[in-house]
Parts: sequence; structure tokens; C-alpha cells
Amino acid sequence: MNEASTETVLSIRDLNIALPKGADRALAVEDVSYEVKRGEIMCVVGESGSGKSMAANAVMGLLPKGVHATQGEILFEGQDLLALSEKQHRALRGLKIGMIFQEPMTALNPLMRVGAQIAEVFEAHGQLTPKERQARALELLIEVGIPQPEKAIRAYPFELSGGQRQRVMIAMALALEPVLLIADEPTTALDVTTQAQILELIRDLQQRRGMAVMFITHDFGVVAEIANRVCVMRHGKIVELGDAKPVLENPQNAYTQALIAAIPSNAVPPHRETSQVAPLLEIKQLSKVFRSRGGWLKPSREVHALDDVSLTLARGETVGIVGESGSGKSTLGRCVVRLEHPDSGELLLDGVNLSQLKGDALRRERHRVQMIFQDPYASLNPRTKVGMAIAQGPIANGTPKATALKQAGELLDMVGLGASAVERFPHEFSGGQRQRIGIARALALNPELIVADEAVSALDVSIQAQVLELLEELKQRLSLSLLFITHDLRVAAHICDRIVVMQHGRIVEQGSAEQIFLAPQEAYTQDLLKAIPGREAPVAATA
Amino acid sequence: MSFFARFAQNRGALIGLIILLLIIAMAILAPLLFPESPWRMVQRPFLPPLSQDGFPLGTDTMGRNVASGLMHGAWVSLLIGLVSTSVALLIGVPLGAIAGYYGGIIDDILMRFTEFFQTIPNFALAIVLVAIMQPSITSIVLAIAIVSWPPVARFVRAEFMSLRHREYVEAARLVGQSNTTIILRQILPNTLSPIIVLASLMVATAILLESALSFLGLGDPNVMSWGYMIGAARTVIRQAWWLSFFPGVAILLTVLALNLVGEGLDDALNHKLSRER
Amino acid sequence: MVYARLILMRLLKAVIVLFLIVIFNFLLIQLASGDPAAILAGEAGAADQEFLDQLRERFGLDQPMYVQLWHYVSGIAMLDFGYSYRLGVPGFDLLMERLPATLLLTGTAFVLSLVLGIVAGSMAAARVKKPSGSLIMALALVFYATPLFWVALMSVVVFSVYLCWLPAYGLYTVGAGHTGLALVLDVAKHLVLPATTLALFFMAIYTRMTRTSMLEAAQQDYVKTARAKGLKPSIIQRRHVLRNALLPIITLAGLQAGQMVGGAILTDTGFARPGIGPLNVRSPWAARLQPTGGHFLLLGGAGDCLQHHYRFGVQPG
Repeated sequence: MNEASTETVLSIRDLNIALPKGADRALAVEDVSYEVKRGEIMCVVGESGSGKSMAANAVMGLLPKGVHATQGEILFEGQDLLALSEKQHRALRGLKIGMIFQEPMTALNPLMRVGAQIAEVFEAHGQLTPKERQARALELLIEVGIPQPEKAIRAYPFELSGGQRQRVMIAMALALEPVLLIADEPTTALDVTTQAQILELIRDLQQRRGMAVMFITHDFGVVAEIANRVCVMRHGKIVELGDAKPVLENPQNAYTQALIAAIPSNAVPPHRETSQVAPLLEIKQLSKVFRSRGGWLKPSREVHALDDVSLTLARGETVGIVGESGSGKSTLGRCVVRLEHPDSGELLLDGVNLSQLKGDALRRERHRVQMIFQDPYASLNPRTKVGMAIAQGPIANGTPKATALKQAGELLDMVGLGASAVERFPHEFSGGQRQRIGIARALALNPELIVADEAVSALDVSIQAQVLELLEELKQRLSLSLLFITHDLRVAAHICDRIVVMQHGRIVEQGSAEQIFLAPQEAYTQDLLKAIPGREAPVAATA
Repeated sequence: MSFFARFAQNRGALIGLIILLLIIAMAILAPLLFPESPWRMVQRPFLPPLSQDGFPLGTDTMGRNVASGLMHGAWVSLLIGLVSTSVALLIGVPLGAIAGYYGGIIDDILMRFTEFFQTIPNFALAIVLVAIMQPSITSIVLAIAIVSWPPVARFVRAEFMSLRHREYVEAARLVGQSNTTIILRQILPNTLSPIIVLASLMVATAILLESALSFLGLGDPNVMSWGYMIGAARTVIRQAWWLSFFPGVAILLTVLALNLVGEGLDDALNHKLSRER
Repeated sequence: MVYARLILMRLLKAVIVLFLIVIFNFLLIQLASGDPAAILAGEAGAADQEFLDQLRERFGLDQPMYVQLWHYVSGIAMLDFGYSYRLGVPGFDLLMERLPATLLLTGTAFVLSLVLGIVAGSMAAARVKKPSGSLIMALALVFYATPLFWVALMSVVVFSVYLCWLPAYGLYTVGAGHTGLALVLDVAKHLVLPATTLALFFMAIYTRMTRTSMLEAAQQDYVKTARAKGLKPSIIQRRHVLRNALLPIITLAGLQAGQMVGGAILTDTGFARPGIGPLNVRSPWAARLQPTGGHFLLLGGAGDCLQHHYRFGVQPG
């Protein structure tokens, strides 16, 4: 990374942004001041609700309805952006300031060809002729490294992958060579290897063009990867601001320290004893094919979600299933809990084959394997009290209601919410608390095996660490057997005894966590590990 | 905020509720204020409104009291609206729930069946059904129900399809709850608010349909209804416009009120939900 | 090639739907109370037993149900829609004679309601929380709640009887002997009130849908992207919001095209136009459902095809 020059592109001073009445706090952003200089990447880091994106939206003049700046100024090339009329502001957007967003899947108009959407940027600022616009669009697509650019320019967004769409977004944002690029969580929705490529692209373009980049993220790994300077935010205020290296290596603020410490240990798992007892779960040659029914136009499509997958899990062991989207890891988990019906193969739980059970016979065995779900908001019925949500399982299996509710209270106590939570509704709890309720529900039936499907992926890092700690503690106390499915290798390193790496429905490699991380055999595993953001960058030693 | 406070925030809904209550009052008070049958000829025909005490809206072509007909008609409209909507819900909700929950072939068959009914123009089908069954309150209720259930089924199906893969529903399956319990306890309660809103709009549509049928002479010959009053006065519209005017206003107000109440219910019931679900 | 296959499959599906409608229609006739022969004989004015038997034999009413069904279905396939005794013409001729008036009415009303509905809906969406936007929505609600046939009658009172602006009844001025352009103008004049009346209700539906759909589309991420490009709000509204919002509306409009005929029955009756509306109402009375059957057939099928045709035009790829 080249040394940042001193020319300031953007300067935010004493900015306050007010939220509409009835929001959980009055100010989204309070007394925020920072600068972005030419040729540097400024990372604004924070957890959800920290207000990290608000200043960026104010810079673009794209604040949501009812939200507005009440104090301070945003100086860009000598003029205060807050004092601009909407028309003046519009003239800057796309021309001097480009922006890319988090969700590449929805950020492009589904009914317009990619080329037309890029050409629109020139049109908006009255530049070039229609023909020249198309030519420039093609050049831009080549520059952002889209495969088959001549074809991509005529494609509709749905024909492109998430990573390709994000490249299109970048092409659009850079079309008019803006002085400042704002990237709002641009890699959060992407797979880890794609994320690494996009980060590389952004850094590369930034250096070639000498742009200033304001990069908003929640992930300290990403910060370590690309930041020149860092601004850490919490509850709308800046808690730490400085050059990337010192902040990462020697954070001064307690919250920054906690955030960095909460990144599941820096991808080098501790040594664990692997147990050699008889397997609890044996998966033998499991296969599952999804067929999309053919319409009038398209022929039916087959996706081999699981292709001849075999693995074992010992009693009291935690096995991590790691892979990117489309690797089949979730399908594997759903087959094990039998939310999906495998096409062939065996699922032996303590010697009993669960794979072909149906109807009532399946229902009677269900209590043996339970699941912790990903989305803490969708996994609880909004109209069912928390106690009942947990007691439902035992009741369905014949426990009297009063006993089941009493047990539910004890479980809630165990996961740290207190027995009084029984009478409350899910919406009274935060995401992390709901995930605890989900864990209590999974424990209620005393299952032999628990499948955790991306159980901490939707949570902020600090909450993630707490929930992982709870799982670790319960594991010790109840000698749980866990099948832990995740896309995040850092999380897997934190909790798993053994790790299974999957790609395209097949197992690529499996072994002890230590072995996978320190001596990966397969190229794909090595790629995955290399792509973990911030892995090789200096990060403060974790506690 | 309480349910009613949220409802009352929508001023239109409040006005709608007041109109609706007035119309319900009309229906209840009809037999008290006008104990005589609205079909009885009580005065000379074509009496204009406000020309004689006791006949504030005048008399019709046969010398029947228009005010009496209007009040008795309120009863018929509300009754047919409510009952036919209930019947349509009884057909549509279970069909939609089963199709949406089970999916696959069951869904295919039920949805082809539903689409078939949707392909036939509603009103034409209703006319034929009433004509075949002979006009009566029962046949009108049935006909309206038969043409109104498909949208309910489709709506409930869509809701069930989106909810059946919700994680809390899958969690319920995992703990061993039976399909019936899951449908009734986990999914149905979460679709209820939009169904209630839909139902209030369906009552309005049913009232429109009934009045149109009666207008064409397909009403129950034994009960006085607004549509019949308009239809009967159609040929004398040049001489006595008021005979058609007042029943039309009554229909308009009732349907309008129900729609306003529906919108208010939507605000009150579903806003919380959209954040929750 | 792919397009041809698509059209073929659509046609096949339409044929299946039509076939089912025919069977459904037949079952309805069977359910109809009363002996068709007796009613026919009554209409013909003779009711002795011999004539009844003769009628039964002639119409195959003495045959088993499945034979009757076969006759019925094959008859419809040969465009034999029965015979109207009252009017003394075959059902098919009757239908063909009445169809143009109805198609003219529904077609005009369809285009009118869709265009005005989309325009009004987009205007309301752009004026959310402003008095003008609320006014549009209030009007839409009133139009939605007003019975069609009543609007028909009231507009006759206002525009024909009191203001004398427009003719009240019929398809054209009978006996005026207009030809050429004069005839077109005359027909158009007669069309104004019925088409507007019919269009009002459907326009209300499209207005409300367009508004909802546009407000929803305006929330989408790609609209924020478009704003980040520095595009003018008018272009964003037209190119990004409206285009995406239109898809569900056109789907619905296709479905409604069939429903509109239900409205046409009322408008035809209200304005005494010789469309198939009054036919539909009278036919079942004589337990002669064939004309009604043809009616279903044409419109159900047409609506079904139309919807898919339009959708195909809007979707990419």
C-alpha cells in the first residue's frame, strides 16, 4: 500500500444526524468528524446500529425519509454538501462521488440490460453519445474483470452471479472516474473467495486511479485487509480513529479491543483431543439431487446438492461443515435432521437408519436430532410465548403441559435468560437473546445430536462471541454432540474438533481442525484459508 | 398502542366505521320503524321525496314506501354480504391452506381447480348459478360464495407457501408436531390478520354482486333489496330519478364504509406484523 | 422456435380449459331445475305429450347422460351453440350478431381503464402524503365502491336527460341512416357513456394497484443505485420504478379482461345496448344455456390467453 498523500477529499465535521421520532435513539450519528484523503482507503467499522453508514448516506444525499443532518458540515472539494440543493447534489452523484452497496442481487434493475445500466451513468450527466456510452461500458466491464464482457454487456442481471453483479456495480460507480468512492459493506453478501477477489479489485482500482475510498464494514478482518485508516463507531459515536496498523495492533479503546478480541481466534484452532469412541452419527454415501421442474421454455435442471457424502461424528464431538454457498452444507444439515429427504445413502444414528423413515415413524424419532436455526427473527413464532415455544416439543412427545413449561423455565435459566422469560413474546428479545431461546428449544427434547445451521452468522461479532461461548459451555456441561454448519472458517476454528470442507455437494477434505488449518492438503481448502480476510495481516493478540 | 387506537389513527377508517354502524342500525331498526312489509302498496305511486309525512323518500312505481324498502334492504345486503363471505372463507381457507402447506401434486390439482373457476367471468357465472338454482337468498349466497372463494384460496396458499419454510415452522416439525397442529397453531394464526382484512373487502364485493344480481331481476322475489329497487325503477328513470338514486347511494355508502374499515384494519393489524414476521 | 413452442403450449392449455368449461356448463344444465323439453314446448306454445317426446328425441334428452354430454361437446366444437326459440335464430348466429357491440365496449373500456388507471396511480404514488395524492385515492375508492349499473343510470339522467350532451341508449341512432364517418362518430357518441361507466370501476382497481406497486418498487435497492448515479427523479420514476411496477398490474389486467365482460352485462343492460350481456341474462331463464356456454368459452379463453401474452411481452429473456 502506498503512503497516503495529504490532500483531503472529504472532511466531515461535528456531524449530527437526527432519527425520526419514535426511533430507539434521537441521533443516528453524534459529533462525528473524520477526513478521507486522496489515495487512501478509510474504513468505517461498527456493528449493526452503530450508525456507520449514515454519514456516507449524508455525503451522497441519500438519507432515508425523515432522517436529516442537524449539525455540522460535510466539506467536499471546498463546498458543504449539506448546504446543497437536491439538484446540485444530484450533479455530484455518480460524477464526483460513486457508491456501491451491500446487496448485489437487488442493487441492479432486473428489467434492464447491464450495458444500459452502465450507460445510464453517462446519460445522467449528459456525457458522450449513446454509441460511445456502450463502448465505454464495455471498457469498464473489461476493467472490472467480468468474464466474457461482450456477452455480459447484453445480459440481464439475473444471468450473472453475485460477484459478477458486484463488479458491474463497481463499473457503474467508477464510470465517470469519481474522486471519492463509497463502498457500503460491498462484500458482506459474498462468499469468502469472491469477497477476496472483490477486495483485491477495489484496492487495485483505488491505487491505479488514486481515488479516495470510504469503506464501510462490520468485519475487522476486512479492515486488516485493505484499510489505510480506521474509524470505529459505536452507538453513533466515534470511539477510535487512526491509522490502521496501530489501531489493529494496539487498540486503545475498550470497545475496539473487545471487537478485535471477539473475532473468533485468529483462524488457528487450539489443539483438541479427538475422541476415539464409537460413532454416534454415521453418514454413508448420502446423495440428494434437486430438480427444478422444466417450464415451457427451459428444460428441467438438476443440481447435485449432495453427491456421495460420507462422514462420522463421535459422541461428544463437534464436527464443522464448512463451505461456500452452493456447497451443499446446508442440505447436508437438513438431511440429517430430516427436513429434506435424501435420495440415497444411509443416516445411521446410533445404528438406527433415519434416512428412509416417513410419516409417523419419522415423527416419533425426530426428538433425537434437533436443530439451531440461522435467523433469530424467523426462528420463533411471533405469536407464541417463549416458554410455549420451548415446551411445544416435549408436549408433542407426551410430556404434560405444566411439566414441560417448568422445564422450559429451567432451560431458559440455563441459557442465561432467566425463568421469567417464559411468559414473554419473542419480539421483546434481541437477536442474540432469541438465539439463546433457539438453543433452549433445541435442548428441550434432550436430543442425542444437535445440528447448528449457521447459528451465529446473523449476529454481530460481539454477540457471536457470547453465543459461541454459551455453546462451548453447554457442550462441556451436557456433553453435546454438534454438527456445526458454517461458511465462516474463523467460527469453525473456534468451536470445532474436526472440520469437513465441502464444495459442489462433495467433501473436499476432512480432518482435525488443527490439521485443516495448519496443513491443508487440497487446493480448494488452501484457497478458502487464504481468502479469510485479515488472516495474514497484523491483528492484536487475542485473549 | 391499543388495537383501537391504531385503527382510529386512520381517520377514513373511523368515518367508515361510523357509516357502517349507522347502516347496521338501519337494518336492526327497520322492522320497528316500518313494521309493515316493504312490498305493501301504501300510497299513490310516484310520490316525490319530502312531499308527504311518513314518506320522506317518496313512493315507487307501485306506491310502495321507498324509505321502508331502503331500511329493509340494508338487512338483506348485510346478511348476504356476511354469510356469503363466510361460506367463501370456509371453502377458500382450507383449500388454500392444504395446497400451500403440502405443495406438490395436491397443490397442482387444487390450483388448477381454482384457476378454472377464476377463468370464468365471475359475474356471468353468478348469474347462471342463480338462474339455475332459482333466485332465493340461499342460491344468491351460494352463487356469490362460489365466485368469491378462488382469490381467498390463492391468497391463503401464497401465505402458507411463504410461511411453511419459515424456521419456526420447521422447528415445529422437528420437535414432532403433527401437520394438523402445525397448520392450525403455527401457520394459520399468522395469516389471520390479512385474512380478516381480505374478508372485510369481500363483504363489500359481495354486497355489490348481490345488488347487481337483484338489479337484473335475479334477486330473491320475497325480500326487498337495494338492487331490486334500482332495477325496478330503471324504466322510469326519466320521470322519477330519485327511485334509483337513493338505493344507489345506500349501496355506495355501505361498500365505501366496508372498504374504509378494511383499510383501517389493515393498518391496525398488519403494521405490527410487518415488523414482526 | 422456442417462441413457437411456447405459443403452442399456451394454445393447448387454453383448449383444455375451454373443454373443461364446456363440461362444467353441461353439468350446470343438468342441474337446472325443470324439464328442458317442457320449457321448450312451453315456449313453442304446444304442450301435448307427443310433442314433448318428439322434442326429447330431437334433442337427445332421452339418451343416457354420457351420450348427451358427447352431443353437447361435439356440438360446441362444431360451433353449434343451440337454438334460441324466443328469438328464432341459432345460438351461434345470435352470438356473432351481438359480439361486436360487446367487444367494442369492453375493448374500449379495457384500454381506457388501464391507461387512466396507470397514469392516476403513478400520479398518486408520486404525491404520497400530499392532498392531491389523497384526492386521487379517495376518488378511486369511490369509483370502486359505486355499483356499475347505478352509474349507468345516473349518467343517463345527468348527461342525456338533463344536459342532453350524449345519447342515452343503443348502439347507434336507429333510423338515422348514417354511413361512413358519420356512422363512426355516431357509434362513438353512443359509446362514450357506457365505456366510461364500465372503465371507472376497473380504473379504480388499476389506480390502487399501480400506486401500491410503485411505492413498493420505489423501496427497492436498484432505485437507490439509480439515485446514486445522479439520474433525474423523473427518469428514475419512469425507467426504474414504473417499469418494474407494471408487471403485476398487467398480469392482473389480463385476468380482469374476462371479468370486464361481467361488467359489460350490466352496462349493456343499463344502456340498452344489443350486446351479449342481455343475452346472457335471458338465456338461462329459458334453460337454454348454450348461448351462455359460448359466452363463457370465448371470454374465459380469451382472458387466459391475453394475460399470458402480455406478460410474455413484458418479462425479459
